[in-house]
Amino acid sequence: MSVNSSPIRVGLFVTCLVDMFRPSVGFATVKLLEQAGCTVEVPEAQTCCGQPAFNSGDRETTRDIAKQTIAAFDGYEYVVGPSGSCIGMLHYFTDLFDEADPWKARAEDLKKRSFEITSFLVDVLDFDQVLASFDQKVTYHDSCSGLRQLGVKSQPRKLLGKVDGTELAEMPEAETCCGFGGTFCVKYPDISNRMVSNKTGFADETGAQTLLGGDLGCLLNMAGKLKREGKAMEARHVVEVLAGMTDTPAIGEADYDLGKQL
Amino acid sequence: MQIKSPEFKENARIALKDVGLQKALGNLKAGFPEKRAIAVQRMPEFHDMRDEARDLKNHILENLDIYLEQFESKVTENGGHVHWCRTSDDARKTILDICQQVDAKTVTKGKSMVSEEINLNEYLEENGVQPIETDLGEYILQLRNDHPSHIIAPAIHLNLEDVSEAFHEHHKKPKSDDPAVLMQEAREELRTKFVNADVGITGANFLVAETGSTIIVTNEGNGDLTQTLPKTHIVITSIEKVVPTLEDMTLFLRLLARSATGQEFTVYNTLSTGPRREGDADGPDNFHVVLVDNGRSDMVGGELHDMLRCIRCSACMNHCPVYGAVGGHAYGWVYPGPMGSVLTPQMVGIEKAGNLPNASTFCGKCEEVCPVRIPLPKLMRHWRTNEFEKHLSPKAVRWGIAGWGFFAKRPKLYRQMSNTSNWFMRTMAGKKGRINSLPLAGGWTDFRDMPAPSGKTFMQQWQKKQGDKS
Ligand code: SF4
Repeated sequence: MSVNSSPIRVGLFVTCLVDMFRPSVGFATVKLLEQAGCTVEVPEAQTCCGQPAFNSGDRETTRDIAKQTIAAFDGYEYVVGPSGSCIGMLHYFTDLFDEADPWKARAEDLKKRSFEITSFLVDVLDFDQVLASFDQKVTYHDSCSGLRQLGVKSQPRKLLGKVDGTELAEMPEAETCCGFGGTFCVKYPDISNRMVSNKTGFADETGAQTLLGGDLGCLLNMAGKLKREGKAMEARHVVEVLAGMTDTPAIGEADYDLGKQL
Repeated sequence: MQIKSPEFKENARIALKDVGLQKALGNLKAGFPEKRAIAVQRMPEFHDMRDEARDLKNHILENLDIYLEQFESKVTENGGHVHWCRTSDDARKTILDICQQVDAKTVTKGKSMVSEEINLNEYLEENGVQPIETDLGEYILQLRNDHPSHIIAPAIHLNLEDVSEAFHEHHKKPKSDDPAVLMQEAREELRTKFVNADVGITGANFLVAETGSTIIVTNEGNGDLTQTLPKTHIVITSIEKVVPTLEDMTLFLRLLARSATGQEFTVYNTLSTGPRREGDADGPDNFHVVLVDNGRSDMVGGELHDMLRCIRCSACMNHCPVYGAVGGHAYGWVYPGPMGSVLTPQMVGIEKAGNLPNASTFCGKCEEVCPVRIPLPKLMRHWRTNEFEKHLSPKAVRWGIAGWGFFAKRPKLYRQMSNTSNWFMRTMAGKKGRINSLPLAGGWTDFRDMPAPSGKTFMQQWQKKQGDKS
């Protein structure tokens, strides 16, 4: 697609974890979208996709958050976010309303317009003009919702293939859950710990310097484990590499912004 | 079987530290999933067959009464009897009754999860009838006074040493750890039991409405001996196992074998169609089918309807990372893994089994491999909703969600809270970029560091940039 055709108006779904923990992932997403010819806006009325409530069985809170999110993203041609699981949640909004409820149709409409970033770039925009270099051996973890709900598998790999200097070494069981699971990791910490230990073990076997993924929840989990285990491997969101924004420290590495006041 | 599902967390903690169990679980992972993957790859139409099987099951469930009645009338026509049992208790009593009518002292048993579900062995023993398990795995468990931890490989939690130990103790023979020797020992022990049994009890994988047949599939052939040698054969099974025709049955058999063990077909596929007829070389004089409901008919048409499609292949647990970490016993009742996390709350009550549908990351692997496409995560989520609506969820969860929800529904306040937490965590982390221990987040920081925010929130930075631009 040509960068000069009339711009596509995209609403960025930041996701609460990116907002809180890794703003650079948000900026990398914006940069990629702009490179692909989109104009990006960030609706202020967004908070979280509602997964904590949905997966804890609190339908009412989930519905309220769904309505707020649907309204916040009204009118955007596309809604794009750097997370398979949060965009997947936006798709689940359709399950929250009865056929007769006017919100049902609005939820269906949002579902059609919302995409995980790598799948949006590849499947919708057919974008491949990646302008980045990252001279490292990397490995890639497929986060569950992106993989199984949204079919995100080849897209990040295809884009990574365009990055100068990056070599992808696949780990065994790349598709096995890392044990994050939202509240699961604090409700069942022992089981979660076993799962993430398996994951960091497999990632480490590849000899990669950096572990990449497309969901910050999983990445915080895996990065936290890698650091606790004293492993040298670093962790980053894939968009940081694709956008050429790897000059900042990796996840859980030294805080460059320390001391800046609120 | 005593229900230990309420202690799931504790069970899991113990299981994770059990060296023997962990070794055994390692073998499982390398076994079934890999074999299934190869089998699936070799059959390009596999996924179309899954759709076909899902649709056929849905059709059957919509017409369950019709097919069950057809099945019953065919069984009766063939000279057998069908017993309808609403509860576990009805089923146990019915079976004991049949055993007492023929004055049975011992019964041989093929593997049956429904028999576990209704706690049959204990009940028979209490009433003076000795059950003898003939499936090798079940036989080992019976010697050890143990329970299945898997629906098709009941003794998967054991290692060779455990079997060798149990045989040595009960068979009074020199200890051996040669599988061939152990197998021979079991064979010898069981042969006499097969011949002497008064009644043979088996489960059924499917019931065929058009012929009134029941079928069991095994890899050991023990089912054949269990059902053909004694004078009375009782099939204990549940209502959702019925299929319209023999042709339909083969569709499920093909999916079942591949999904379970990666075989193209199970080694022994044994059909039973009524008692022995004149001129038959062998077979029982009496043929009974005990049809258990035990909460299943309540699921028809409800939120858990899809679960009734289950053909008990075990693929969901074989591929489940939680099952793979803690094994089947941690789940605390008969059915483990994802399918158990849906069924157990229905059968023993969500009050006791609430942990099971919660102990899932919703990774979706189970649904991905389920041959009849049961949306297992969705059904587990149904239980979480049910639990939440009944005010049964733990207080920490309810309050946590209520507090978080309050902010999540108010974007302006939410921003302020995010900014403060973001600043707090960055301050805690200092120069390190991560936090070793965080108040209220012990579940996280006991095992991993908490990466600190790598700067002010995205929203703060974004707004500043927009301000700078204009
Ligand atoms: S739920 Fe599906 S995968 Fe699990 S045992 Fe039943 S049929 Fe097999």
